[in-house]
Amino acid sequence: MVRGGTVLDQLGRRPADVVVTDGVVAAVGQGLQAPGGARILDAGGCLVSPGLVDLHTHLRQPGMEEAETVESGGRAAALGGYTAVVAMPNTDPPIDCASVVRDVLELAAASRWQVFPAGAITRERAGERLAPMAEMAALGVRLFTDDGAGVQDSRLMRRALEYASGLGVTLAQHCEEAGLAAGGHLHEGAWSSRLGIPGTPAEAEELMLARDLTLSRLTGAPMHFLHLSTAGSVALVRSAKAAGLAVTAEAAPHHFTLTSACAASYDPVFKVNPPLRDAPDVDAVKLGLADGTLDAIATDHAPHPQEAKELPFDQAPPGMLGLETALALALTELDLTVEEVLALLSWRPAGIAGLEGDHGGPVAEGRPANLCVIDPAATWVVEPDRLASRSRNTPYAGRRLTGRVRHTVVRGEPVVIDGEAQR
Amino acid sequence: MAERERRTTPYGGSFVPRSRVMDADGVRRAITRIAHEVIERNAGLDDVVVIGLQTGGVPLARTLVEAFARIEGVEVPLGTLDVAFYRDDIGLRPVMPEAVTDIPAELSGRTVVLVDDVLFTGRTIRAALNAVCDYGRPRAVQLAVMVDRGHREVPIRPDFVGKNLPTRRDEAVDVHAGGVDLGDLVRRREER
Amino acid sequence: MSANLLSIADLGAEGIEELLRLTDSFVEVSERPIPKVPALRGRTVASLFYEESTRTRLSFEAAAKRLSADTMSFSVATASVAKGESLRDTVVTIEAMGVDAVVVRHASAGVPWQVARWVGASVVNAGDGCHEHPTQGLLDCYTLRQRLGSLRDRRIAIVGDVRHSRVARSDVLAYTALGAHVTLVAPPTLLPPSLEGWPVEVSHDLDGVLRKVDAVEVLRLQHERQIEALVPSLREYTATYGLTRDRARLLADDAVIMHPGPMNRGVEIAAEVADQSRSVVTRQVANGVAVRMAVLFLLLGSGSIR
Repeated sequence: MVRGGTVLDQLGRRPADVVVTDGVVAAVGQGLQAPGGARILDAGGCLVSPGLVDLHTHLRQPGMEEAETVESGGRAAALGGYTAVVAMPNTDPPIDCASVVRDVLELAAASRWQVFPAGAITRERAGERLAPMAEMAALGVRLFTDDGAGVQDSRLMRRALEYASGLGVTLAQHCEEAGLAAGGHLHEGAWSSRLGIPGTPAEAEELMLARDLTLSRLTGAPMHFLHLSTAGSVALVRSAKAAGLAVTAEAAPHHFTLTSACAASYDPVFKVNPPLRDAPDVDAVKLGLADGTLDAIATDHAPHPQEAKELPFDQAPPGMLGLETALALALTELDLTVEEVLALLSWRPAGIAGLEGDHGGPVAEGRPANLCVIDPAATWVVEPDRLASRSRNTPYAGRRLTGRVRHTVVRGEPVVIDGEAQR
Repeated sequence: MAERERRTTPYGGSFVPRSRVMDADGVRRAITRIAHEVIERNAGLDDVVVIGLQTGGVPLARTLVEAFARIEGVEVPLGTLDVAFYRDDIGLRPVMPEAVTDIPAELSGRTVVLVDDVLFTGRTIRAALNAVCDYGRPRAVQLAVMVDRGHREVPIRPDFVGKNLPTRRDEAVDVHAGGVDLGDLVRRREER
Repeated sequence: MSANLLSIADLGAEGIEELLRLTDSFVEVSERPIPKVPALRGRTVASLFYEESTRTRLSFEAAAKRLSADTMSFSVATASVAKGESLRDTVVTIEAMGVDAVVVRHASAGVPWQVARWVGASVVNAGDGCHEHPTQGLLDCYTLRQRLGSLRDRRIAIVGDVRHSRVARSDVLAYTALGAHVTLVAPPTLLPPSLEGWPVEVSHDLDGVLRKVDAVEVLRLQHERQIEALVPSLREYTATYGLTRDRARLLADDAVIMHPGPMNRGVEIAAEVADQSRSVVTRQVANGVAVRMAVLFLLLGSGSIR
């Protein structure tokens, strides 16, 4: 039983206790009696929300277990308030066929975390031949992406969209036009020029986004756009939605909190793809999140072992941890209400991932008990060594944030109590 | 710069005079006397080279060379030497050269007269001897100082002295155009 | 506390002036019968070159030896990088041998900053990727001052592949800090994508610029393969941006011609131009040792940097 909090979901805000039985919400209301022998989670002063859903997590398993595993990444997610994560397919081997999907689902089942693999659009994520999307869809895969790279060939992308529309699944694009982006390691602009590191122009992202919006119109297939980072991208999506296209888009926390100036330290912890952009882009992303142009905040949680992030900047792999800091960054840095922040982190991404049956609320009788209890006023300091991820590559070390996950409940099991992982 | 304490550079402190122990005339007379002693010791000025140590020894060396010209009518080569790179306290305290060393003549086989304002621990002269040897092998090196204040830490003695001035270790001596002052060195706390 | 020289920007105008003054003393040392002083006896300077550059490495090693420091040299060909040892492990291992300063050259921009985070020894940037080469910037300032006196309000053109040039980045910072007006002359494809914050003018008309400058610095075309993708051909580059014999006639008689070396004679600079008396290319090399002595002495001996 979660007692003494304020329930906050897409239906609104109301003081209520929540009783959970057998993984399902049994009752929601004020002054409820705890069933005999029930475990009580104190939610005084806290918000009881549907669990968060991450559309964009790199769990690194199979193949890169030194960086992260389903087990460790699932724990990091729980500590961040997430009850479900979509695992990106750029593993080794990539999730590009039914057998690897099955492997990841087995790892997820063994870990008891709610992990939903995304499948690759093309075999080996090589951008040359379609991956067997139907056999993966049959195992429940709802999102397909070659994330880490965009599908470069326009004709192939058109075919993929047409094929996917017949399966009722959504393609998600990592927008990066390879020719224009080639050799880039940070945002092309004043800082890349001064630091002597080749940059990736904003237009490399916008060019593919514009192409895909066109292809979405051509095929009528819905699309989701991953980690949009530029003012131009936000504007493109805004006008596409105004024109009635069935597209959704996400932004990552680092794209509304950090700028390319961070690279001045040459610390590869600030290297990410798409790269950190400039202040006007940060402002545009914030505005896009506020006006609904961007539908979700997704972490792009990308763990890398320490030795990889100690390579020279132009050799280090891109990526940052995100699961354990996303909620607090959104609450601290965005000029939005808690309701709006939770919509971006919970129920809207649940809908995009096709998980709205089990995740993203509402908190109501008969719904699966995937909950997150948030203390919106608590402040804390990010300490890399205290993160649950196997990796340490957070760019927020030492940063003071407001808003903390107190408890997380996955299918009725309290997996985080008072900020401590229970398993 | 025998007395690094007396400098008013950012690395030292500031000198606060207490009493004048020698006036301008006294300094001038002392240099004239030293000039005569150098001439007498070396039976003339053949092969003599005068080198003033940065910074306090340089004006004295110039005055000494002028005295030689007055007395003997010869132009003795004048050099300046900064011993910063030879100091034995590099790394222990800030050490920076004050000026570029300028040795105008071949030193091998010649008599070098080093000139400094104050002889104290002797460490500056030790450094200067090493530096001079990097320019050649002089027949002899002699030392002229305006003030010998004692407290030697290495076995070095002057050949020509303007004034022997007993001091306490914590006192400071300032030689300048207007004379010689005895006083105190005030170190500014915030400076390292 | 360790002091580093990573960027010209660390020094500021005052720091540059101090270094140039100190360099005067080391130029004098270099001209002595025994061009060596005991200033850094007992100190050890390690050169860590992940990118071969014989002249820069030798220049630093000569500087260290003339200061009586011990030197250790580590170059990729002979070292454990081939065995897959990480940069950090290598650097920490070298420091454990008792090193007071590490001179780092690397093909990747920013590596000296990373090294400085890992070690307590002083770190000197001897060239990092396309970013900076601060001792080259200092020696270029020193060489120009020998010819021009003060750099204040002097006009200096930097010609060529600015985009990939660490020399250009350090020189722009150094020259402008000393009050000079800098014009970058290059085809747009060889300029950095953004010059926001660079206190420079840009021109694509070399002939017009040469008539007005007190000094022209010709950059080396470093990455020939990359250049091929950025200009139609080397021949066309030489025709439009090379300092040819005819073009050199546009310069004032007392204008200074510089090149950081090694030169591609016949590409960015004509052979006979490089050998003119206005050219200070050899002087740049000689001054390099004295400047690096000044840098090492300032970092390790004087106790005066930060």
